Amino acid sequence: MLPGCVALKRGMTQIFDEKTGDAIPVTVVEVLPMTVTQVKCAATDGYNAVQVGYVSAKAKHVSRPEQGHLTKNNLPLMRKLQEFRVVDSAAFTVGQSFSLAESNLPFEKGEKVKVTGQSIGKGFQGATKRWHFARGPMSHGSKSHRLPGSIGAGTTPGRVLKGKKMAGRMGNETVTTVGLEIVGVLPEKSVLLIKGTVPGVEGGYLTVSYHAKPGVKLKVS
Amino acid sequence: MSTPLIRDIEAMYLKTDLPHVVPGDSVRVTVRIVEGAKERLQAFEGVVLGLSGASTSRTVTVRKVFQGVGVERIFLLHSPRVESIKVLRHGYVRRAKLYYMRDRSGKAARLREKFVTKAQ
Repeated sequence: MLPGCVALKRGMTQIFDEKTGDAIPVTVVEVLPMTVTQVKCAATDGYNAVQVGYVSAKAKHVSRPEQGHLTKNNLPLMRKLQEFRVVDSAAFTVGQSFSLAESNLPFEKGEKVKVTGQSIGKGFQGATKRWHFARGPMSHGSKSHRLPGSIGAGTTPGRVLKGKKMAGRMGNETVTTVGLEIVGVLPEKSVLLIKGTVPGVEGGYLTVSYHAKPGVKLKVS
Repeated sequence: MSTPLIRDIEAMYLKTDLPHVVPGDSVRVTVRIVEGAKERLQAFEGVVLGLSGASTSRTVTVRKVFQGVGVERIFLLHSPRVESIKVLRHGYVRRAKLYYMRDRSGKAARLREKFVTKAQ
C-alpha cells in the first residue's frame, strides 16, 4: 500500500458533522492520479521506495534525462516525480496507477494524516513577525517599537553567534502539519476533506501521508 | 474565494427548504439541544437584526428582549442543529443591519409590519 499521495490544495470551506451537527473547518484537497515510474529495493538501491509520477506534460516541459527515464518503460511524460519510502517494495510494479477514484488509496474517514507543503512566502520580515520577538514600548519616548534588541555580548565573544534570530526571508519553506483528521473522502471528485489548515497557497502541491511509519496504517478511535 | 469544486462540496450540506429570511422579520428558530443522551428542541423567537456570510457559513442574528434583558443569538442557517426556522411577521425596515434596535426599548423598539404578497 502506498503510504500517501500527492495532492493539490483547492481551498477551504466549512461543513457540518452528521452526528453532532458541529461546524468543521475543512481544507479541500484534490488527490492527483499517480503512476509508478520506478520501484527501488534494498538490494539494488540500498533502500525500499516507490517513485511515482503525476501531472501529464508536453515533451518541452520535461528534461531530457527524465524523458529517457519515463520512455524507457513506455510511460507517458509526467511533469513531477516523487518518491515514497515503503517497507516492502515487491508489491509494486512500474506502470501501476494509484488514485482516489480507483479506490486503491486507503484513505478513510476519521484517520489522521500528515500534510507536507511549501508555506506561503512572506518576503523579508522583521524579527517581531518572523521569530515572535516581543515588541518594545510604543510610547513614553520609546523608539524601539519593533527592534530586535541586543544581538549579543561585547568584547567576548566579539562576534554575533551563528544562527542568531534576525530579520530576513520568511516562509516559502517546506512545512509539515501532523495529526490532521480526514473528515470526508469523495472518490468521485478525487477529493479529501481534511480538518483544519494545511501549508501553502491554493493550487499548491501537497504530500498527504499517513501519520504512522511507512506502510503502517494508523487507526484512531 | 469559491471555486466550482468547493461550491459542489458545500452544496451537499446546504438546506434546500429554508424560508426567505430578511432583516426586520420576526422569526421562530427551533434548535436541537443534546443534554447527555437526551435530545430536545428549544425555540427562540425574535427579530432578525441581520444576515451574514454565504453558503454553509450563512448566519442569522436574532434578538429578543427577555425579562428586560436583550438577548441575541446567532444561528448557522444550514446547521443540522437548527431544526427549523419560521417567519412569523415581516417588519418594514430600511437597513440591512438593524443594530440600532439595541439602543431602543419599549415602544421605540417596535417595527412597522410589512404586508407582502405571495409573489414576493
